[in-house]
This record gives sequence, C-alpha cells and structure tokens, in this order.
Amino acid sequence: MPTELVFTVALQGILTGLVYGLMALGLSVIFGVVRVVNFAHGEMMTIASYGAIVAFGAWNIDPLVAMVPIAVILFALGYAMQAALINPFINRPEHSQFILLAAVAIIMVNGLLMIFGPDARSVLVDYSLDSIEIGPLLVDKVRVITATMALAITAALFAFFKLSHTGKAIRACADNHLGALVIGLNVKQLYALTFGIGSACVGAAGAMMTLLIDTTPNIGPVFTLQAFVIVIIGGLGSMPGALLGGVLIGLSEAMSGLFFAPSAKTMFGVAILILVLLFRPQGLLGRKA
Amino acid sequence: MISRLIDGVPRRALVLLGLLLAGLLVAPLVVDAYILSILILVLYFAYTGQAWNVMMGFAGQLSLGHSLYVGIAAYTAAALYVHFGIGPWAGVLPAIAISMAAGLVIGFLAFRFGISGVYFALLTIAFAEFTRVGFDHFAWVNGSGGFFLPVTQQAASDPLNLRGSPTMFYYILLAVTVLAFLFCRWLLTGRIGYYWLAIREEPEAAQTLGINVFRYKMIAVAISSGMTALSGVFFAFYYNNLFPEQIFSMSRSIELILGPIIGGVGSLFGPILGAFVLTALAEVVTEIMHALGYEIPGIKQVFYGICLLAVIIYLPHGIWPPLRKRLGLEDRS
Repeated sequence: MPTELVFTVALQGILTGLVYGLMALGLSVIFGVVRVVNFAHGEMMTIASYGAIVAFGAWNIDPLVAMVPIAVILFALGYAMQAALINPFINRPEHSQFILLAAVAIIMVNGLLMIFGPDARSVLVDYSLDSIEIGPLLVDKVRVITATMALAITAALFAFFKLSHTGKAIRACADNHLGALVIGLNVKQLYALTFGIGSACVGAAGAMMTLLIDTTPNIGPVFTLQAFVIVIIGGLGSMPGALLGGVLIGLSEAMSGLFFAPSAKTMFGVAILILVLLFRPQGLLGRKA
Repeated sequence: MISRLIDGVPRRALVLLGLLLAGLLVAPLVVDAYILSILILVLYFAYTGQAWNVMMGFAGQLSLGHSLYVGIAAYTAAALYVHFGIGPWAGVLPAIAISMAAGLVIGFLAFRFGISGVYFALLTIAFAEFTRVGFDHFAWVNGSGGFFLPVTQQAASDPLNLRGSPTMFYYILLAVTVLAFLFCRWLLTGRIGYYWLAIREEPEAAQTLGINVFRYKMIAVAISSGMTALSGVFFAFYYNNLFPEQIFSMSRSIELILGPIIGGVGSLFGPILGAFVLTALAEVVTEIMHALGYEIPGIKQVFYGICLLAVIIYLPHGIWPPLRKRLGLEDRS
C-alpha cells in the first residue's frame, strides 16, 4: 500500500475527527456541568443537519453560513429542554434521567422520520469535490474548512469558560454545586445556559456534518453513541479531551476502513472505549474524580 | 420455602394474582391469533424486564446493554440447532452458560476497576455494540446477512424442538414468566435480597457491615444475564431469524428496560405491569393512527415517546408503587 495513500486517509480521518470532536464537546460540556448524560445528543445533531439541508434546498444557503442561525436555534432548544424537562430531574436517579432523555430521543428521531422520510440526504456545494494539496497529500477542501471551524469554535468556547464571568460561574457550578448555591449563583439558569451552549456546539457540528456524510433520521442514535465513545476516551468534562477523542475516533475509523472492512469501523472505536474505561476510567485527559 | 414466598403478602394480592394467572391460562382459548401474538410479546417483555430488574432494581447496577445477553444466547442456541441439530432444550444450557460468562466478564472488569453509575451503563452499551459489530462479521452465523432457522409446516406442535403453534410458545413463556416471578420473590425475601438492598442503597455501608459487595454484585449480574439468556433462546425459536443489527442494537436494550422502569424499578410486579401497559399502549396508538388514517412512518413512536415522557415526569417511581398503595396491597412483611 503506497505511503501517500495511508497518510492521506489518516489526515482525512483526523480532519473529520475534529468535527466529531466538536459534536462530542457539546456532550462533554453538558455532562461536566449538569452531570446528566444527554442520551438525545446525536438526535439533536441530526435536527441541526436537517436544518442545514432545508436551508440549502430552499434558499441555497451554504451550510457553513446556515451554521450560525442553526447553532442559535439549537441553543434555544437546549436551554428550553434543560429549563423545562431536565432541571426537575437533577436529583432523580440516573435511570430516570436516562428514560427521560431516551424518550426525548425517540420523539426526535421519529419526528424527523415523519417530516423527512427515511431517505438519505446530503448537501452538494460547488466546492464539495475540490481538494487541497498539502505537500504530496491531497485532502478534501470541505474537510479542511470544517476542521478549521471546529477548532475555532472550540477555542472560542475555551476562552469563554476561562475568561468570561458567566463561564467562570458555570465552572463553579461544575466544581462545587453546593458552594455555587451558597454564593448565590442561579444554578438552574446556569445549567440551562450550559445545556444551551452544548446544544449550540452540536448544532454547528450537525450543520457542518452535512458536507461530510449523508444524513438520515436513523444516524441520530449512532452519533449519540459516537459522542459517548469520544467523550469517555478523552475524559468526560475535559474540552481538549473531546477534541483528542474525536481525532482518535476519526483516525481509527479511517484506518479500519482502509485496512479492514469499513463496516467494522465502529468496533475499533468501541474497543478503545472499553480499554480506556478499564485502565483509565477518567479518560485520557480527564482529571481523577 | 413455600411459606417464605407468601409470607406477608395480603390475601387480596394473592387472590388478584390468582385471577390474573387464571385469565392468562384461559386466554388462548378465547382470544384470536392477533391478540395471542400480542400477549406473547407482553410475556416476553415481562420476563426479560424481570431479569433486568434483578440487576438494576435489586442490586442497583444500571445495565443498558442487556440486548447483548439476549443476542448471544439466541445465536448460541440457533447455531447449535442449525449446525449440529442440538435441540433448544439442550441448547439452552450452553446459551445460558455463555451469556452468564459474558455478564461475569463485564461485571468482573467493571466492579474490580471500580466502575459504577453512568460509566458502568456506558460500558455495558459498549460491550453490546462491540459484539454487534463482531457478529456482523461472524461468517459462521452468516454475519450481517442474518441467521435463519428452518421453518417447516407441521401438523402438530413439537415442543421438544420448540417448533409449533403460537399457543405452545405462549404456554411455555407463561410458565417461564411465572417461575421467574416466584424465583425473584424467593431471592428478594432471602438473605441475598437484603444484601442487595444494602448494596443498592449504601454500597459503602454495606461493605463496612462485612457484606462482600463484589461477590453479591457478581451474583446479581450472573442471575440477570442467565435469566435474560432464556428469553434470547425463546426469541430465536419464535421468530426464526436473527440479525445482529436488530438483536444487539441499543434500541433493543432500551425496549427491554422500559417495562420495568415504567412499571416500577425494584418491585416484583412492576416489570409485569410495565410490559402490559407499554405493549397495550403501542397497540392502542397503532389502532388510533390506523383509524384516523395517519399512516406516516414514525408517528406511532412519537406518541409512544410522549406517553413515556408523561409517565416518567408524573410517576417518578413507576406505575406500580402508587397503584399498589391505592389497591391496599402493600407487603406487610
């Protein structure tokens, strides 16, 4: 097998992985703060993807532009979900929270199925088939653009959490729930804000994903699982961890597609997950609880 | 031993249980084939929910990967039957053994490394997914193309090979469900039931009291996966076709645990009630949609999801605990 091919496929995998990372980042932020596992995460991404597909089909808006209003809409959806549904469940046992979000996921998948039908859809922009030469390697232009944007969004979010007042308040809630209540933070509102931010991430990722893969209503659960795998590998609640996990998964998918059967690609991701859970349960970049 | 099963149970509860059992026993004589197929589904979910409940409801370990145990048991029994002509009553033993072994491996890895809560749940999903993709590429059982049991037209039922009419399947499943119910009651009222209760509520306190937490969690996993295996064997011989994509899927695991959660986690009658309610709900929704002429794919599941949401929001402990109170059937022991 020519070395250039291996490197090209690896690079493509890493670039795709960065978008996966952005998607998983949403889950990580939500779990890290609210301590609720969003079992409807992939489904929310699919909603965003369909938003981008509709915007492109109806008004010919590039998904990279539509991404902004879609992220805003997903923010509102996430905020509303946390405020109306999940906040009352914060102190309920995990299996209750799980059923709550699983029910939301069922409604989302099948709602999309009702509206759009089961057929795969994708967005074909005029630069979809362009490629960029990097030395001897030839990579898809869309992958380079989306990966760059995923990195930029992550950096912005990182800055928000480190520098802004609200970001610090959210981190305070995550570090010490009781302490945050004692110093008078409006924890429930901050939780809703966090869920909104996580949803906006997955919204942006979903819009970009239409340039990379075909969308059907049924990929929702697949990406929910994908997001878990990435986030646990990287470390739940760790932002660089989500990106690293995304890159590892993107890379392992690309490599298993090249060396084994493409249909076996999820197995490698899950195998990495099992190893990480057993030997480093806090994740590669996670802090020990 | 028998007295332990009924000690403290109000007489009214025994009478109601007897009536329910009598109703289920005569049901095949009075209902049509369609209703019978739904009752089989109810019993299937009641039994499997009971099995899951041993792990979650009794010992407090949330498994979201029970489709794994259904799947490998179904494949084991089916492969033994197709490739070696070994009948299901013999095949069920290796099927249970393999399912239990899988459960014990997962349990050992998780409990030894101190994985619990959400992480444990995700680990169980991961193992089920791993196995699903593995079976997709497992040529001996035809990979993702699906594995089929020979279906022959027979005049009479052949219970020895689990070939026969839905009525035969119904009675076998009813017997299994009743036995599982009694077995779980026996577990709960014994020493081990109290150990599990302690582990579920306060694992550290249980450890301090000298309960071998690791061992009793492992026993819960072994019993739960072994019981679940039986429903896998049933599944294989009732439906006669197995696809890794379906049987190992996460949505199948979710389907299995909705019943006990809606019915009431940790209660004995919860899984049974939940199976009735959910299956009936799904059927009613289908009927209504059909009557209204809405044949849009997905609409049924959307309503199903909304009903689930309503139950989980307004009845946090499931349907059974408040209903039990209302009926005055609280256990006095």
